Amino acid sequence: MKDVIDAHNISKTYNRDTIPVAAVQHVHLHLVRGEFTALVGPSGSGKTTLLNLIGGLDRPDEGSILIHGTDITKLSANQLIDFRLRNIGFVFQSFNLVPVLTARENVELIMQLQGMKGSEIEARVQALFRQIGMEDKMNTRPSQLSGGQQQRVAVARALASKPQVILADEPTANLDSKSAGNLLDIMLKLNQEEQMTFIFSTHDQRVIERARRVITLVDGAIVSDTARVATEST
Amino acid sequence: MWVLKLAWKNLWRNRGRTAVTISAVFFAVVLSITAGCLQDGVFANLIRNMVSFYSGYIQIHQSGYWDQQVLDNSMTRDEQIEESIRKEPGVTAFSPRIESYALASAGEVTKGCMVVGVDPEKENAITMLKSKVVAGAYFPHANASGALVSEGLLQRLGLALGDTVILLSQGYHGALAAGQFPITGVLKFGSPELNDQLLYLSLPSAQDFFSAPGQLTSYVLALESDDVQGQVQAGLQSALGSQMEVMNWGEMMPEVEQHINTDKSGMYTIQIILYLLICFGIFGTLLMMMAERQHEMGMLIAIGMKKAKLVQVVLAESVLTVLVGCLAGMLASVAVTYYLKNYPIRFGGDMADMYKRYGFEPIFPASMNPTIFFTQGIIVLALALVLGLYPMFKVLRMNPVLAMKN
Ligand SMILES: Nc1ncnc2c1ncn2[C@@H]1O[C@H](COP(=O)(O)OP(=O)(O)O)[C@@H](O)[C@H]1O
Ligand SMILES: [Mg+2]
Repeated sequence: MKDVIDAHNISKTYNRDTIPVAAVQHVHLHLVRGEFTALVGPSGSGKTTLLNLIGGLDRPDEGSILIHGTDITKLSANQLIDFRLRNIGFVFQSFNLVPVLTARENVELIMQLQGMKGSEIEARVQALFRQIGMEDKMNTRPSQLSGGQQQRVAVARALASKPQVILADEPTANLDSKSAGNLLDIMLKLNQEEQMTFIFSTHDQRVIERARRVITLVDGAIVSDTARVATEST
Repeated sequence: MWVLKLAWKNLWRNRGRTAVTISAVFFAVVLSITAGCLQDGVFANLIRNMVSFYSGYIQIHQSGYWDQQVLDNSMTRDEQIEESIRKEPGVTAFSPRIESYALASAGEVTKGCMVVGVDPEKENAITMLKSKVVAGAYFPHANASGALVSEGLLQRLGLALGDTVILLSQGYHGALAAGQFPITGVLKFGSPELNDQLLYLSLPSAQDFFSAPGQLTSYVLALESDDVQGQVQAGLQSALGSQMEVMNWGEMMPEVEQHINTDKSGMYTIQIILYLLICFGIFGTLLMMMAERQHEMGMLIAIGMKKAKLVQVVLAESVLTVLVGCLAGMLASVAVTYYLKNYPIRFGGDMADMYKRYGFEPIFPASMNPTIFFTQGIIVLALALVLGLYPMFKVLRMNPVLAMKN
């Protein structure tokens, strides 16, 4: 079976005011289907950069990134957008949703972009909102939702496109601990029920505890990669 | 379909901004159409006034007459020509004339003057000559034997109503022209140029004086409006052939036409400034809009929305906004110009005095020329759409990671 993610020796250096900053250095990363992985490390350690690279939002200076067998470093800019649409689910730290659309329209949008049929979309939207426990909020605008609810809708949207992997960059950073725990519950549930692969960055210890694999970055390099038994939620 | 839906919803997200953009387009359209129609109406009115002094919109002469205005270049009055004129749509009246210079004398005094032989009724239909009579009476019939003398000329000759004026000139084919005419009426013209030199006779007595029976120097034509001028001129020229020259007022008075064109280009400058102001206004709202939605657009590109799709959304927003403003503006302009056409602006000051002196109403009427509606509408639409290229350009160059940074 193909690895969901197979990144080989990737590096990325930014130039900030002509001073080179090695944001990611010689990283090798393998993720198989169904993993639930946390990317941890101090601020500035390269978590976001690494996620952007494997998500095809940014290009590495060297190395190759295979997502389910496709080397995304070889794709054109337009191919890359389409690749993201079909293979990668994104959850960002905040402001994930289009403010003028309701929760359900936000989720529908990505399926419309994929060209899914209306009846199919309808069925999937219902199922997704049931899974995130927000059937009653489907027609609510993002501004009327709590931060935790918005992030849950973002997760539903990421899942809606049936991606290979969902990348979440500090999805709980703006949430209180209860909402953060709640979001993690949902992510874990989707991970188990749909065998969805997750990789998320965080520096919240309680979130780290829920991960089954923890990769630690320091100065853009992986310093540890440990498998652990996830703590079940209470 | 969802592209339009998303665009539509975006228009409602910041109603204030959408309203500002729509009103900018709305006022641009209303102002430019109104300005255009006023300009058109004012100049049309000016031309109408001016040609009704004397020249008419169009004159017909024997070929070569205008370059050398002598009786030997006159034409024989011809029923066929008159039939062609009558048949030409857009012509409201015509007047046959015979004109030439003469010396007018009274006792010791001799002054140059312009003798114009006219058909009293036909001439009155075009230049309202009857209304210029301030003393005495207009020609009582077509063969009247008296002379109508302009006030200025009369003063310079030291004559009065009822006196006799002696005219000397060269007649047709070198004949000596001499005659004496009782002054039966005094004319007052606003234009000093006309007031100091015109002397009217009835057509038969002028032809007789010039020894040119049946001869005319020109037919003077009045038109419905200056819009039909080109068409009438071309129609008559082809009907009458190269023996005749059919000239419009602009060709006969190039300096006046040039003056009007200069004034018009001044108006264009004003319009361009107006357009620039509007452009800045719309551009400002576009800048705000893009700054506000940068994060969201970056996010949409990140999750896999093609830039081309996003461009469609933004363009649809521009087109919707601009179309609404443009159509509303055109409707309002119909109302505004309709009002200004029927209740024209009255002006005062020196300009008004001058208008009155020349016997015209001091008004700025608006025209309702559909071409103006169309062109101004298209110009504003095009400008707004060109401005709409800015968000498009921004989207196409957008880097989703950088766009989401803040
Ligand atoms: N676009 C950029 N331009 C310049 N430097 C950047 C850019 N993005 C990230 N960096 C730098 O790269 C390093 C890693 O940043 P980042 O990946 O955001 O770390 P983390 O997400 O772990 O906080 C930091 O030093 C950051 O300042
Ligand atoms: Mg980060």
